[in-house]
Amino acid sequence: MPNNTDFVLAVEGVSVSFDGFKAVNDLSLYIDKGELRVIIGPNGAGKTTVLDLICGRTRATEGAISFKNQYIGGLKEHEIVKLGIGRKFQTPSIYEDLTVFENLEISFPRGRNVTGALFWKRSEEIIARVQEVARMIFLGDHIDRLAETLSHGQKQWLEIGMLLIQDPELLMLDEPVAGMSVSERRKTAELLKEIIKNRSVIVIEHDMKFVESIAHRVTVLHQGKVLAEGSMEAIQANPKVQEVYLGH
Amino acid sequence: MSQSLTKNRNIELIGFAILAVLLVVVLPLSLDIFRLNLIGKYLTYAFVAVGLVACWGYTGILSLGQGVFFGLGGYCMAMFLKLEASSVANTKIQSTPGIPDFMDWNQLTELPFFWVPFKSLPLALIAVILVPSLAAFILGVAMFKRRVGGVYFAIITQALAAVLTILIIGRQGYTGGINGITDLRTLLGWDIRTDHAKYILYFVCCAALFGSMFLVRFVLASKLGRILVAVRDTEERVRFSGYDVANFKVFVFCLASAIAAIGGAMFTLQVGFMSPSFVGIVPSIEMVIFCAVGGRQSIIGAVVGTLLVNWGKTLFSESFPELWLFFMGGLFIAVVLLFPRGLAGLVTDQLLPWIGRLSGGRRQVAAAGSAPAPAPAE
Repeated sequence: MPNNTDFVLAVEGVSVSFDGFKAVNDLSLYIDKGELRVIIGPNGAGKTTVLDLICGRTRATEGAISFKNQYIGGLKEHEIVKLGIGRKFQTPSIYEDLTVFENLEISFPRGRNVTGALFWKRSEEIIARVQEVARMIFLGDHIDRLAETLSHGQKQWLEIGMLLIQDPELLMLDEPVAGMSVSERRKTAELLKEIIKNRSVIVIEHDMKFVESIAHRVTVLHQGKVLAEGSMEAIQANPKVQEVYLGH
Repeated sequence: MSQSLTKNRNIELIGFAILAVLLVVVLPLSLDIFRLNLIGKYLTYAFVAVGLVACWGYTGILSLGQGVFFGLGGYCMAMFLKLEASSVANTKIQSTPGIPDFMDWNQLTELPFFWVPFKSLPLALIAVILVPSLAAFILGVAMFKRRVGGVYFAIITQALAAVLTILIIGRQGYTGGINGITDLRTLLGWDIRTDHAKYILYFVCCAALFGSMFLVRFVLASKLGRILVAVRDTEERVRFSGYDVANFKVFVFCLASAIAAIGGAMFTLQVGFMSPSFVGIVPSIEMVIFCAVGGRQSIIGAVVGTLLVNWGKTLFSESFPELWLFFMGGLFIAVVLLFPRGLAGLVTDQLLPWIGRLSGGRRQVAAAGSAPAPAPAE
């Protein structure tokens, strides 16, 4: 059994190799309840792989991952989701052939087995919740639009909305503002500040201004290892980090 | 697509009604029993096509082995009918009376154990659904739990069709071999070969087909149906919405297979025999073409497509038998390239708007023209 700790998420000594290449190398990471952690690092540092490991998409070759003091290393993706971990992908990953409403409805955390889905009833409660979330993600007027007709930024919001309706305790966002216009970015930052309340969040982001505006703590990854960890100012002043980012 | 599907739900019901009138009233009144029986045979393929709408059109699982399940259903029915036709009185000239003739020819002296349950009609009817569903379940679990999909799945189902054909042909003492199970006569003493019986079986077939169509419609209209579409779009995302995708795929594959099996059983009853030529690769692919021509996302389209292609096959191959396969291949290419949503797509995308315009629906068109353009974010 994992030790009884206050950490929401504990990643301990995790390694993963793809054909001999160690994408993540003996990495440890602890996330507190309600903490917002930003992971930065140059390309190929293993940032996305870390999220893949936590959400069960990739299996660790060594080490242990526990969520709320429960090992989740061997669980399947949907089981990890049911425990309360939500994941947003780098490219907007939504159901293009369904409407905004249907996208959100599917993400509602109930009726997730075959019979539950077959005899699903759209109750008032669910409709109200979907509409509420749609308004939060600025899509209140587009609820019956097919998702494929949304703009890139709107798709990103929709995916954030799908996570929001899942109501995860730990939310992982992979470059949530990538590919957005300046105004979209501002709205998204507002939205993220709203949805990260009362939960722990891991964000991967390149946009330093954005990182500065939200981060509690920053972890810098380099070549699959933690290079530095600390507050934003400490990280920016850290000579090792400067070398990695500017040195070559 | 899904939006237009919801909108088209009422149009779909009208389509169901038109099709019902055509099948239950117009055709029986206008065709002789030989032609009507042919239509009945085509309709049994339509079961497979309806199943493919759920499995392929909605979920994106292309199975090139639906003939397996059609065949298993048909064989389960044929085994019962064969045992009834092989009573001791009917087979007293055999060296072992009371077993099917082909077993006697192959020097079998007693009924194989797996034939015994087929002495009972209720058990045989249960087997018609259960055996193919179980086969689909095992295959589905083995493939989908390991995340085998797409082309690999299609190839494996096709291999399965080949394997089952070879098995049936190779074990002719147990299966009737390449000739299949022939000389079926009565169902609980009721002669199924008479014209009268053929009429009745035709209507039973129509009823079963509409039952299957409504069942598939119910499934696709539920949240499960939307999850299937979601799986087709981005399977990974569905997992991260907390669903065990494999279970949903296994479910829809079993559903499609069970419906195909009902079609197989109706085939045996109406045509009077079952043989490996309805199990293998070619019929399995033909059934996919029927579905594609009609429109793989439309239940009615699948039925109409099946009827039209088969009607064409009958007409065409009566005059130009050697050209038919080329025509069929050309048709499939044309569908894929030119109208991927099939005849149903042509009707909903082209014909209905055109009718709308003709009937003075200027407003409708104007409304459609000003459909919300992707709004710029701010």
